[in-house]
Amino acid sequence: MSPARLYLLQRATALILAPLVLVHLGLILIAVEGGLTAAEILGRTRGSVGWAAFYGLFVLAAAIHAPIGLRNVIHEHTSWRGRSLGFATIALGLLLAGLGARAVIAVVAVP
Amino acid sequence: MTAARDERERLSVEVWRGRDEGRFETFAVPHRANQTVLDVVTWIQRHAAPALAYRFACRVGVCGSCAMTVNGRPRWTCRTHVSKVAGADRRLRIEPLRNLPRIKDLAVDLTPFFEKWQRAQGRFTPTRNRADPLAPVSPESPARKAADAGIECINCAVCHAACDVVGWDPDYLGPAALNRAWTLVNDERDGDRRGVLQAAAAGGGCHSCHTHGSCVEHCPVGLNPTAGIAGLKRRSLLDLVGSGLP
Repeated sequence: MSPARLYLLQRATALILAPLVLVHLGLILIAVEGGLTAAEILGRTRGSVGWAAFYGLFVLAAAIHAPIGLRNVIHEHTSWRGRSLGFATIALGLLLAGLGARAVIAVVAVP
Repeated sequence: MTAARDERERLSVEVWRGRDEGRFETFAVPHRANQTVLDVVTWIQRHAAPALAYRFACRVGVCGSCAMTVNGRPRWTCRTHVSKVAGADRRLRIEPLRNLPRIKDLAVDLTPFFEKWQRAQGRFTPTRNRADPLAPVSPESPARKAADAGIECINCAVCHAACDVVGWDPDYLGPAALNRAWTLVNDERDGDRRGVLQAAAAGGGCHSCHTHGSCVEHCPVGLNPTAGIAGLKRRSLLDLVGSGLP
């Protein structure tokens, strides 16, 4: 993928992540301050298309954003180059997407 | 002349001697009014260390060949007055430019610097020959104004030496080459502006810039390569969605 595409993807996902992270952090504060139990939280998230979309988008954006940034750091500070770095970037993205999807499914899927 | 006065009128100048391996050699140089750092280096070569290697040509800030690291900062030495950099202790430490291979003492090899200009396609592609009439270019057009803002680069490599990303990533083209590319992308007379944009946005190109602004901070002629690089980023993204250059 061209550097321009990678740059675009990283900036676009940063734009998406910024409000999602704020909402996510706010949500944690509200849940903790409000004294919600895990069961009460799951009661709100299970079967909710809205929360599934919110955290699904969050995971997707993070899984694209983070590996590109890490690839840049590795490129700048080590001699690792070439296709193996590209494959490692993709592998990290898939790992983050997989772990994130697992977490999203765990809170939104109806048992 | 008393010893105290003699000491007061001398600069203590540490100069790098050697290549990658070497040491600083200290010279006591007479302090004169309106003295530049290049004057100091020249005095040392002519009176104290004839084998000292350094580079200069015009002595008036046009040729861009005398840049060195002075008290930790890259500077054009012919236009840098000692009084501006030496401080009250009258000490100078002069080293070769960062981020370029050293040849000897204060001289660095500029080959990688100019190779990056070529990689960024920093050369004009003509569309007319000498028989054609002059191209009418409006000095008021936004593109020409953007080109004019970056056109006065003297190729001194001060920005290249000041840039953190150049130091980290040997593939990075650097501010000077990208600034040149930006002037060509905005030059309506250039016959391959899209090619320049693609070269400047390839691996190690404009998208590697962290916008630290060290090039702007250190450019001796007051250019803003960071703004040009931001312009290249913008144009390359527009090019991705099909609204870039013809």
